[in-house]
Amino acid sequence: MKKFLFILSQSPHDGFWVQETLDIILTVAAFDQPVSLLFLDQGVFQIKKKQNSELINEKNTTAIFKAMEIYDIHDVFSEVESLQSHGLKPGDLFLPVKEIFRKEVSLFINKFDMVCGN
Amino acid sequence: MAVCWKKNASNECNLPLCFAFISGFKMKFAIQINASPYSSGCGESAYQFLTAILEKSHQVYRVFFYHEAIYQAFHFMTPPDDEIDLVRRWSELAKKHQIDLVICISAAQRRGLLFENEAKRHNKVDNDLAEGFRISGLGQLVEAMLEADRFIIFR
Repeated sequence: MKKFLFILSQSPHDGFWVQETLDIILTVAAFDQPVSLLFLDQGVFQIKKKQNSELINEKNTTAIFKAMEIYDIHDVFSEVESLQSHGLKPGDLFLPVKEIFRKEVSLFINKFDMVCGN
Repeated sequence: MAVCWKKNASNECNLPLCFAFISGFKMKFAIQINASPYSSGCGESAYQFLTAILEKSHQVYRVFFYHEAIYQAFHFMTPPDDEIDLVRRWSELAKKHQIDLVICISAAQRRGLLFENEAKRHNKVDNDLAEGFRISGLGQLVEAMLEADRFIIFR
């Protein structure tokens, strides 16, 4: 067993990156590995409420994120500075996130066996 | 470029990556490549990294091509004579060192890379996969992540 951290820093609805990354995350979880997520930079928009991706003919990734609970993915983190610089508060997000400060990020990452940035 | 590595669960290789290069310790590497051959130098970096670790007799457990990197496996890529044939270079590397080069099936189908049987199943005529590559699912990536001492993403 390895502890996985996925760092999500890409903006949503910009090609298929987010959707394909979600496929990896769910496959890792299906292998019964503990998974945590960290949203950084523009990645914080991935979990913003009220996305209307169907208007640009893209799959609604909100539903996939919400389904993560079924896969036992509960540890969702976001960087305080990333939220602030993009004008977001935890209340604007559809997933409950634990906030961590930028200065804590490197120590936080060290707790994991596997760190995947996409 | 390379963004991901970490110790394995048993802690037996909890050492910096450079240690693998300066000591006699042999490691098992798994590699993920994310970019197409002509969009960035990612494939080149991965190739050079692989040749470096093979030179030091480390083991390459698997190379997994995901996202746009499935274009690294297109059989019919035909570059001009004075340019390097990047696809053929992968095929040669696989043959020489018996490396497992895996293309993600869902990423490949989405982008139109099909091998013969799969094309038939979709009522299409196609056979795009270059020699030395095989097509499989994301489970192969996760298995490689779990088996390897080091997992590195080139993007």
